[in-house]
Formats: sequence, structure tokens, C-alpha cells
Amino acid sequence: MGEYVIKLPDVGEGVAEAEIVEWEVSVGDVVQEDAVLAAVMTDKATVEIPSPVDGRIIWLGAEPGDVMSVGAPIIKLEVDGEGNSTEASTSGPQTEEPETEKSEKNVPKKREQSFIVEPPKTKVEIKKPSGSKLRKQSVGPVRAEGEKPVASPAVRKRAQDGGVDLRQVAGTGPAGRITHEDLDAYFDGSSVAVGPKGGLVPNTSVSEVKVVGLRRKIAEKMSISKSRIPHITIVEEVDMTALEELRATLNKNRAEDHPKLTLLPFLMRALVKAVAEQPNLNAIFDDEAGVVHQYGGVHIGMAAQTPNGLVVPVIKHAEARDVWGCAAEVNRLAAASKAGTATREELSGSTITITSLGPLGAIATTPVINHPEVAILGVNKMAVRPMWDGTDFVPRKMMNISSSFDHRVIDGWDAAVFVQRIKSLLETPAMIFMEG
Amino acid sequence: MKEIKTKLLVIGAGPGGYICAIRAGQLGIDTVVIEAGKPGGTCLNVGCIPSKALIHAADEFDKVAHLSGENALGISTTKPTIDLTQTMEWKDGIVSRLNFGVAGLLKKHGVKTVEGWAKFRDGKTVEVTTPTGPQIIRAEYVVIATGSKPVELPFLPFGDKVISSTEALSLTEVPKKLAVVGGGYIGLELGIVYAKLGAEVTVVEAAKSILPQYDKDLVRPVVKRLNDLGIKVMTNAKAKGLSTKGNSLLVENGGGADHKIPADKILVTVGRKPVTEGWGLEEIDLRMDGAFIHINDKCETSMRRTYAIGDVTGEPMLAHRAMAQGEMVAEIIAGEKRAWDKVCIPAVCFTDPEIVTAGLSPAEAKELGHDIKTDLFPFQANGRAMSAEREEGFVRIVARADNHLVLGIQAVGAGVSEMSAGFAFALEMGARLEDIAGTIHAHPTQSEAFQEAALKTLGHALHI
Repeated sequence: MGEYVIKLPDVGEGVAEAEIVEWEVSVGDVVQEDAVLAAVMTDKATVEIPSPVDGRIIWLGAEPGDVMSVGAPIIKLEVDGEGNSTEASTSGPQTEEPETEKSEKNVPKKREQSFIVEPPKTKVEIKKPSGSKLRKQSVGPVRAEGEKPVASPAVRKRAQDGGVDLRQVAGTGPAGRITHEDLDAYFDGSSVAVGPKGGLVPNTSVSEVKVVGLRRKIAEKMSISKSRIPHITIVEEVDMTALEELRATLNKNRAEDHPKLTLLPFLMRALVKAVAEQPNLNAIFDDEAGVVHQYGGVHIGMAAQTPNGLVVPVIKHAEARDVWGCAAEVNRLAAASKAGTATREELSGSTITITSLGPLGAIATTPVINHPEVAILGVNKMAVRPMWDGTDFVPRKMMNISSSFDHRVIDGWDAAVFVQRIKSLLETPAMIFMEG
Repeated sequence: MKEIKTKLLVIGAGPGGYICAIRAGQLGIDTVVIEAGKPGGTCLNVGCIPSKALIHAADEFDKVAHLSGENALGISTTKPTIDLTQTMEWKDGIVSRLNFGVAGLLKKHGVKTVEGWAKFRDGKTVEVTTPTGPQIIRAEYVVIATGSKPVELPFLPFGDKVISSTEALSLTEVPKKLAVVGGGYIGLELGIVYAKLGAEVTVVEAAKSILPQYDKDLVRPVVKRLNDLGIKVMTNAKAKGLSTKGNSLLVENGGGADHKIPADKILVTVGRKPVTEGWGLEEIDLRMDGAFIHINDKCETSMRRTYAIGDVTGEPMLAHRAMAQGEMVAEIIAGEKRAWDKVCIPAVCFTDPEIVTAGLSPAEAKELGHDIKTDLFPFQANGRAMSAEREEGFVRIVARADNHLVLGIQAVGAGVSEMSAGFAFALEMGARLEDIAGTIHAHPTQSEAFQEAALKTLGHALHI
């Protein structure tokens, strides 16, 4: 018997530390080589730490949420034969794996791009000692991006009936096949509990959810925004009928290589026009230094929901892109963000932000400014409403915009002028396309 | 004008439409189905069923013809003759039995059938021209299942000599010389029928090979058989029209030279197109995908509560795809949560030998970025195939290299159509190579080649 120490591997270029998001094992568990031990997160990606050896966990060196330095010991295993605790560079017991695979296996090198972790190879299965609690069901996708879940027609039908997206269910069968048992486990473990049979019963349970990973980063950013910035929010209604007609026409006649236009590219172009006249809104307020940096380029943050939470990819230099260009960039960044492949550069550097909840956009919102920016444009739901045109009620496509401003550096007057400018640009969309 | 109100209106009683209506009836939905012809659509009336009947008749004829000559089995008999009129009557009998059957099933499930041609007045109202006068039908949900029809060539309009597959299924005399324009599965199935019955058949195909959607390995046994049957195949050749006398087909071959192919009948089978005219599509302005109606994974069109299924929604134009869509749509309308989630739509080409494809071909799998393992097992090494004097062909499996998940299965050989069930089942169940290899396949059957193909892909076939 020997002791084998696993250190936090170098998980990405230039990354000095990483946060332990989740332990997949606990002390006492017997694990096989390649079993996933932990998920760690850098500011770029989440990666899994596989076990390089067979052994039993005897020590875990951190709590979920702890930030550890690369090279710090994080797990100790009891292994057959000699361990590595005296010899730092040992790569584990000899295996019959070909050399080429080995280097990949011990240290997941630079898998920076993905929130989604590759599916385990077929021979790899986590074995738990009998009597341990049920294997925790991963609710996150375990397959590579875009890969279809494998399940028999009967399992698929059960999932559809239960409103379950099989892409969210881990498969433990051969080739990652989702079995009836996997689905049972998902139903048991998911928050959408299968209703109690007969009558209402009080539910006294309280479950603890650690705020870690991306969620913690979001929490920190929101606290800074709301505690430092005195927000002023203005809600205005906009008649979108003309713009929607224009959008429909452009979409109908678009060239083959052009993306389909959503509202967003038009909003971006309107924003570019509006901040050209009010450069103090396209700015970063360094409140510690007491300096506002007004930017020539308009770098628009686009708040986007991903399976992991809110991220804000940035459309760089929107002033240099036409609607088609904006649309193409929005599509590219949205796909990259959903897939978790957006780079740090693509997720930072915005000077103003647009937030939209699409059909969930309600009639008004109080958007939180993306600190250290000074303004955010929120888009509410569009709906056909009866409007009085002086003689009659006419159906118009109406949409509200809710915008927040940093009241320390933006006066109410400026904010109101900006909102009216956006309104008039959207209501007379030709103005968006006018030069000068 | 008479007016009916219903919850669900299905336009077209082909395989998609009648299945949708039957399932809706089972689920207690008030359903009306409109059909201008006989129930069963192309498939039952002028497609799958009658062509299979004629293929059977031609095979029986060919067997006797083969036995009337020198043969390995030591059987002697006289040369067969055929009364094609009687064959067609027999075929028509089968078709009408099935027409009757479908009509009975619709009735049994409480579906009202309206005979006539439907035309949309608005998204939820159609006017039907019935034999007893016009009728208005209003519905909450509409399913468009208008199907497809043969493509006509402008320079070879259908008429006396120039026929579509529909007429080819009702000839009362075997043409002495038959020219087939288009070497896809429909043209070849019928070309082979008439070649076996004694016609001199020439197939004219514009692509560089017949059955262009299949890979070379799958097509090779069919090409060989066509050759043995005396069918002449011209590839890279373009039909140009009828000769001035009208007794031959003008063809330009790959080199640009013109040929005259004498023909009593010219069968044009250059594809099928969706039926999107004549029923008021223009009144409802649906979003299209090229010539087809655009649908999503629930078969919803761009109009609320309006669905489209079957050939009118695109490739593959196969009856069983339409049926599966029809069943799904009925369940969606009944309030169940359904979306299209099929792994494969198997396809069978009833040439001689037959071709079956399910899932991805090796080339398609590679194109999608899969790292694959693939191998095939030839029927030459299968005892059942040998003892049936049909050793040509093989079963081929395509699987992922990393976890051996089966991605596609193809086969070519006599009678392999019946193996398609096993192929599709394996794919839908998410089988790995080991699952197929580990399933006992009864001996002596052709299906052993399926198990052996899995073993061979894994590197340890037992019978080769």
C-alpha cells in the first residue's frame, strides 16, 4: 500500500489557479483509473480531473468553492504498490496504455474552450463500493456538444411524456445509452418532483446549493453593480411597426449568405447612432480613479442566457458593422457562448450593453448596469396594441424599452434625450441607415 | 352550401393522411379526411403495393423461364407465357382489397371520409367539390397530406407512348421494346419487371451511375444483374425527346453523339414532386422549403394549428415516413408531447437484388465528422444464400470507432428487404457492434450475415 497524491493540474495557458466546483467522489470511495474525481473551473472553462490510478480516496484537500493554486495537492489516494508521495514527478503506476494516450490522460491539457466535458470512454465507469449512497445524477450534458443522446424509443417516449429533454440526462448504458434507470434517477433527483400521490402534503425540506463557478462570478458582479451604481431607469414605449415591416422585407429578400435578421442588429445600429451624439453614454467609469473613459468604438455587450448562467459576449466595433455584419457576429457569439467556447476576449471589453429576454421580456424591467459601464438598454416584449391615431384605434406593434443609467455621471436630462433618440430611430428606421 | 365543423381535418388519405386520421380517431378526436381518389394514396393505388405485386409476378415468371433452360437443379419445364391482362386483374384485386381495408379502418375509428377535391378558402376552412355538390368544412386543426406526383419532362409529355409509373403499373401487354428514362429506384424496379417478362429494356440515366444516391459497392450487384437480364444501361446520357416518327427515343450520350432507341413505350421516372397546386396553397401563404412545405420537428407549418406530413414536406418521400409523421401529429393534436426523434428512416429499393439502407453510409458518417469503423460480410460466405442460388451482395455496418455505437447499416442481396426491420431496430435501440454480435441469429438464414458483419467490423468474423 502506498499513498498517491494528485495535484491540481495546469488546466490552461496562463492559468495560475482554479476553483473546485464539485467533488465527484468522497473520502472512502474506491475509484478506477480515469474515473472523474472533480470538476474545476478557471475563468475560462470547467474541466474534469480524472484519476490517473486505481485507488481509494483518503483525503480531499479543498471544499467546493475553494480556489486552489496549480500544483497544490488536492486529493490523496491509497493505492496498491508504491505511491508517489515521496517522488513528485511519478506519473502513476505503469499501465498498458500506448504512450500517446498517456500524456493526455494524466493532465487534461488546455481544454479551455468547453464547458462541456467529453464523454468518458466506454471502458471507464465509476465504481462505487457497495453500500455507498446512490451515484449522484449529473444533470448537465455529458455528451460532446451537438451529439444526440442515445436511447431506445420507449425511453424517448417516457421522456417526452414527462417533459424531459434527454440532452440533459446522463446515460450510464453502453456507448452512453440512456436507460430506463437513468431516467428514473433523473425523475427522482430533479427538482420537478413527480407529484405526490393523493392529497397535498407540506414539504419541509431545505436543500443547500453552493454558489460556485459561473454563478458566483455573476453574483459578485451584480453586487458591485448594484452597491456602487445609483441606477436611474427610464421606460418608454416604441412603435415598432415600421421597423418590423422593414425587417420582414429584408429577411424575405436577403442574400443566401446573409443571416436572418432579428431585432438585435437594428437595436445595435440605433445605439451606435445615438451614442455618436452622446459619447458620454458609451463609456467606462473608473470610480476609484474618478475618470470616465469615453470610447470612440462602440463595443456592445449582449446579455445571453446559457445553460450555465448569464454571460455577456461583446460585439466589438458595432460602428463598423452594418446590420448584416452585426447579425452575423451576434449569431457567432451566441453559438460560442451556448457551447461555452467563447474566449475571454469575446466576453469582455464592452462599453455599453443591451439586454433582452425576447418573448419573456414583460412590459418593463429595471436592468442592472454592466459595471463599470454607465448605461444599459433593456428591451421588453413586443405586442400588438390598439393605439389611438386621432380618429381611430389602429393595431400597432408596440414594444417598451427600459434603460438604466449611472446617475453619478449621467443626468436625468441626458438619459431622457438618449431614450427619445433611440425611440425616434426605431420608429423611423430609415434614420438608422442615414449617413452622417 | 352544406357545412361541416370538425376538430381535425386531414387533406389526403394516403399513408400519412389515413394513419393520422386513424390515430386521431383512436384518441377520440373528431376527424374528417378528404380524398379525391381511392383511400391509400400513391402507395396503395399506384406505388408500393401494385409495383410489388408486379415484381412478384415477374419473379415467378422469371423463375420458370430460368428452369425451362439449362439449370443446376435438374428441373425441366416448358417456356412460360403470361396473360398480362389477368396479372393486372389479380394486382387490381389486391389493391381494391386494401382500399376496402383502409376505408374500413377509417370507419371503425369514427373518421368521416369526404370524397372530393379540397381547396382552402382560409387557413381553417376548405371547400370540397364532392360528387354531390360543394361542401364547406371548418376545422380547428388541419393536416396537409397531399403527397407527390411523377415529374413530367417538357420534351416528353405523358401521353400515348410516353408513360409514368402509374400507367406502367397497368399495361395489358408487355411492350416489345421499353425505354426507361431515369435510372432511379422506380425506373429500375419497373424496368426489371418488364425485362423479366420479355421486354427489351434500355435505361437512360443522366448521372454517371444508376441509383446515384447509393454508393458504388451497393449498386454493383444490381448493375451486374441488369446486365444478366439483358437490360441495356446508358449512363451520362440525356433523353432529348421523341423521334419525328414517334417510334424511338432520342438520346444524347456522354460524348455528345445522338442515338435513336426504338421503343414501343417510354417510361419516364425522373423523380417525384410535391403536390402543392390546385388545393389553394396560395390562399394560406405557408412558408416553403424550395418546392416543399416547411415544417419543424412537430410537423407544424408556419401557420398555427396547420400541420403538413409526408411527401409534400420533402425527402425522403417514403410512405413509412409519412405514416410516422401522421401518427405523431395526431398525438400532438390530442395534447401529447411529441417531437420527431427518429434515428433512421430505413429505405428499400426493390430492384433485383434488393438494396436496404438505414442510418448513415460510411461516406455520410465521415462527412459528419465521425471517426468510424466499417466492414461488410458477403453473402458468398452465407450458407442460406448459397443454397438459394443467390450469393451476390453483402451486409455492411458503420459504427463509431470510439464506442462502437452503430450509425448505419446497408445491405444488397436477394430478399434483404425483410432484414430492414432488424437494421432499423438496432439503430433505434442505440445498439453497439457488440449487441448485434452478441445476439444469436438463427442458422441457416441470410440474417446471419448481419451478425457476421458486426463481428467482422470488430475484427473477428467467424465464417470468413
